Amino acid sequence: MSATGIGAPVRRKEDFRFITGQGQYTDDVTRPGETRAVFVRSPHAHAKIKSIDVGAAKKMPGVIDVLTGAQLATDKIGNLICGWMIHSKDGSPMKMSAHPALAATKVNCVGDAVAVVIAETIAQGKDAAEKVKVDYEVLTAVVDPAKAQAKGAPQIHPDIPNNTIYQWHLGEKKDVDAAFAAAKHVTKLDIVNNRLVPNAMEPRAALADYDAGTDNLTLWNTSQNPHVARLVISAFIGMAPEHKLRVIAPDVGGGFGSKIFIYPEEVVCLWASRRVKRPVKWTSDRSEAFLTDAHGRDHVTHAEMALDANGKILALRARTIANLGAYMSTFSSSVPTYLYATLLSGQYNIPSIYCEVDAVYTNTAPVDAYRGAGRPEATFVVERLVEVAARQMGIDPADLRRRNFITAFPHQTPVIMAYDGGDYNASLKKAMEMADVKGFAKRKREAARNGKLRGMGYSTYIEACGIAPSQAVGSLGAGVGLWESAEVRVNPTGSVEVLTGSHAHGQGHETTFAQLVSERLGIPFENVSIVHGDTDKVQFGMGTYGSRSGAVGMSAIVKALDKIEIKAKKVAAFMLEAAEGDIEFKDGKFTVAGTDKSAAFGDVALNAYIAHKFTGAELEPGLKETSFYDPTNFTFPAGCHICELDVDIETGKVDIVNWTAVDDFGTIINPMIVEGQVHGGIAQGVGQALMEGAYYDAAGQLVTGSMMDYTMPRAHDLPSFHVGLTETKSPSNPLGMKGCGEAGAIASPAAVINAITDAIGTENIAMPATASAVWTALQKLQAPKAA
Amino acid sequence: MYNFTFHRPTTVRQAAGLLARNPDGKLLAGGHSLLPVMKQRLAQPSALVDLSLVEGMTGVELKGRSVVIGAMTRHADVANSQVLKDVMPGLAAVPGSIGDPQVRNRGTIGGSIANNDPNADYPAACLGLGATIITNKRRIAADDFFTGMFSTALEEGEIIVKVSFPVAKKAAYEKFKHPASGFALVGVFVSKRGPDIRVAVTGAGSNGVFRVKSFEEALKKRFSPKSIEGMSIPATGMNADIHASPEYRAHLVAVLARRALAKAND
Amino acid sequence: MAAVSMTVNGKAVTGDVEPRTLLVQFLRENLRLTGTHVGCDTSQCGACIVHIDGIAAKACTTLALQCEGAKITTIEGLAEPGGKLHPMQEAFREHHGLQCGYCTPGMIMSALDIVRRNGNNLDEHTIRDQLDGNICRCTGYHNIVKAIEAGAKAMAK
Repeated sequence: MSATGIGAPVRRKEDFRFITGQGQYTDDVTRPGETRAVFVRSPHAHAKIKSIDVGAAKKMPGVIDVLTGAQLATDKIGNLICGWMIHSKDGSPMKMSAHPALAATKVNCVGDAVAVVIAETIAQGKDAAEKVKVDYEVLTAVVDPAKAQAKGAPQIHPDIPNNTIYQWHLGEKKDVDAAFAAAKHVTKLDIVNNRLVPNAMEPRAALADYDAGTDNLTLWNTSQNPHVARLVISAFIGMAPEHKLRVIAPDVGGGFGSKIFIYPEEVVCLWASRRVKRPVKWTSDRSEAFLTDAHGRDHVTHAEMALDANGKILALRARTIANLGAYMSTFSSSVPTYLYATLLSGQYNIPSIYCEVDAVYTNTAPVDAYRGAGRPEATFVVERLVEVAARQMGIDPADLRRRNFITAFPHQTPVIMAYDGGDYNASLKKAMEMADVKGFAKRKREAARNGKLRGMGYSTYIEACGIAPSQAVGSLGAGVGLWESAEVRVNPTGSVEVLTGSHAHGQGHETTFAQLVSERLGIPFENVSIVHGDTDKVQFGMGTYGSRSGAVGMSAIVKALDKIEIKAKKVAAFMLEAAEGDIEFKDGKFTVAGTDKSAAFGDVALNAYIAHKFTGAELEPGLKETSFYDPTNFTFPAGCHICELDVDIETGKVDIVNWTAVDDFGTIINPMIVEGQVHGGIAQGVGQALMEGAYYDAAGQLVTGSMMDYTMPRAHDLPSFHVGLTETKSPSNPLGMKGCGEAGAIASPAAVINAITDAIGTENIAMPATASAVWTALQKLQAPKAA
Repeated sequence: MYNFTFHRPTTVRQAAGLLARNPDGKLLAGGHSLLPVMKQRLAQPSALVDLSLVEGMTGVELKGRSVVIGAMTRHADVANSQVLKDVMPGLAAVPGSIGDPQVRNRGTIGGSIANNDPNADYPAACLGLGATIITNKRRIAADDFFTGMFSTALEEGEIIVKVSFPVAKKAAYEKFKHPASGFALVGVFVSKRGPDIRVAVTGAGSNGVFRVKSFEEALKKRFSPKSIEGMSIPATGMNADIHASPEYRAHLVAVLARRALAKAND
Repeated sequence: MAAVSMTVNGKAVTGDVEPRTLLVQFLRENLRLTGTHVGCDTSQCGACIVHIDGIAAKACTTLALQCEGAKITTIEGLAEPGGKLHPMQEAFREHHGLQCGYCTPGMIMSALDIVRRNGNNLDEHTIRDQLDGNICRCTGYHNIVKAIEAGAKAMAK
């Protein structure tokens, strides 16, 4: 392994600009003559708009224009869309409501934008926004999805009865029912997977610049996938033809899914820039972010597991209601279906699985993919069921898992997925050693002497990453192909630019992708630049989500590098006056087999461009190759997390005292970066389990509308983590990579709750398990004793 | 934020004059309660009178049997005051627990007390020690000062200049932080100064800071956690929100009171 | 509008601002020092932390006019003029104490204040406790804590 090649903990190229304050995030970009957009938002969760009067606002100082939804409709700006078609079990297509970027006739959640002020400064825009008079007829709101489906519930969108988007299912109900009927033991759980607010630290932003001279529109935005944004804004919203719209996602301050989606604000900024003929910038306040960023999770599930007398799992069934909020966000339909139910087999050999999912509109913010997207929800269901089943049957939880692990691959689950490889026993064993499970009983006794209840919880998770291949996702309803592209440009001096359709917003692609190129071409790491996030530079790309940039994005680079090598060998053959078939390439050097004749990579690059050694008829000059890589399967990262924690008996406060994570991500490019991804994922999962939760009151007001009420994990809420790895290579891509970005968030909530319930001796605790909630659960336990 | 005029007087008299001329004006101390509210456009003062250049309003001094703290003294400076740590570390712990380090670097005792946020820490210390709030017009006993959530006995144009805390032989503060905001979900300050025993609670009550007379009575026999073992306060009148039920807050009052007593006796 | 003058990263600067202008707006919009970020509107995330007269403060909760005559240091003012990084900056890079980079300037400015208050030998508990005013969504804090511990030690050399 070289110091900068595959497997080396190379320090990141991108860090210098960030640690010196020179990052360029969207709000840092300015254009001459820039104006600011301030949105007028609904204070009501559900209301008819009777009228909007912008007269007074338009007269305020610094105001350039005030625009409304009626004008948006007149200008024929199309609706926002959801790009993944789901069919109900009766075969009918999902019911997608209209979603205009500015509401014209009706608002369906607090924060719905009804008008926009374009002003010289934000302060002037805010002053004017208060002068926009909106006359609302307030309607009854519904925030609970089960209530939204009930008879007589408020109708959120016309022609969508019972506010139900789809009633979907997966698996064979008949087989599952038969297995349950024959089972020796059945474990049942009611689970709420709490609604989360993503809260990437950089709030969303958009800067639109219309060039009247060329009729070109440029959008800088906080996007995880600028090409998809351009496609949707062109093809569906009709803002501009694709070739007249450039989307640039510069440095992006975290995404976690929430920046995949196409949002109203960027559409409005583009439209407004064309109307006022000046650049228009919008930067979200955190308060706006709480109301308008797509939230995550929000499932209510009843789940059951059937086992035989030996603890062998026979079947699993689940019924889930997914709250998708007021509108269907870009990929929202896929999250509680194909990203969820397909993972209900976990790491286990479960013969029969059946899952039903209802997706429902409510008067709340839209819900879409958030780190893990469906897979944390599935893992929580499976890992809670397994843990509780073990406790109920008196079997050690690790042992029950081992009895059911899949050990032969490939393994076809009853819910679509074909696992291609893994070693679940290995990660469990290593994690148990690292966590010193043997010493737990002693530690528990010591904790008890200090008034603490100690608990330990496992989560042996699996996830499907890569979100590919295109044919597979297409058959499941995806509106796009899910491959990735790469272009490798070798310059005449031998330095290299890689243009990738992946997008980095914290993942360190500028470093890891350069490691791959450096190793493969045998050139210095410093001589490689990674270019991403600009539709004018990169031809097309599907972006970054679902832990796909390694397995799919880097595979595309590998494919392009293969082509570079083939072409470079042809050039070298002319240079070295040898047959192409005799040229070997190793460590940055082309040699003629069996001779000492050689040419360095840089020399070959130069010769490719000066083209002195071959005619145009023999070989095209230049050294640049493009690839589009479509994988053959999802990848299946898996592992085991073990959480050990103390519960303060008096206050219910939970302190995590030890966290062990052993993950199998296949090939690792940069262990430092991979560990960082695991740390961050665990923190988000612990946040979900212990402190985070978005709450709406009955009127549809977001009670947790700021960081004063929504608890973000802080440094003192978390321990240092013990992270280990096992490795089985993915057979489905050339590097054997599986993906590491979401594992922590997927694995950890179940580990925390399994540990808390182990500590307090009742399964009756929901997420987030705040001190108050844990104390209350403890009181309920003690109540019968007292009586 | 709405716009306002900005003034920087150098004397208390000037500041009072500016307030008189700007009836919709507000005093600006550390700004860490007022500015966030103004940013959310929930307050619209016509003028801000910044007290940071007013002389003689900072510092922690031992005067006889009292610790006198200038109203513009920042939380960090109070928390780190050697004078205070020597005579009454239990009081120094109160500003040491406010917000976060940056908030403590800017926020002031006068601003905190004048705001009387029902979840703020200083009101518990003032009430729990029987402090005297000294304004440009008069001296107000803490028992009379805090009149309800975000409400005090301060009159128009009245400026807190100093706060005087009697030195108690035993004093301690225990706080259960609100997990999101860092304010007190419940905070309990206990003190014993001769026969005067006080137990003051912030964060829990729906009407702001209050004293727990039943605990104080029980502690007269012996100032020890044992004296209130098994005692509780009713949940009625406790705050209810998504972070804690009234029952939980009432329970925490007793737990934190016991812990504070143990600490005070340490 | 009101005139304001202060010293930012060693340079005297002046501006004409509305009284309601926050220090962070003055830095970002008037001076184009965009390394200081805004991550919340409730004074909690710490992305905006700068030093006012050597002490860490949240620039989103400070008016520019309150800083009349003050010496301000931002993330842009830490490295030496020749480009040599401050040991704390170097430590964040060496220990992978950042991912998306958005909270990083505030984290580094906060870290320096932790050293000012607590010295160069910091334990994990102190660092975690004293990072109360900074929120990071990417790193889980693990490597930030390591970076601050190492950076603090390196500053003593």
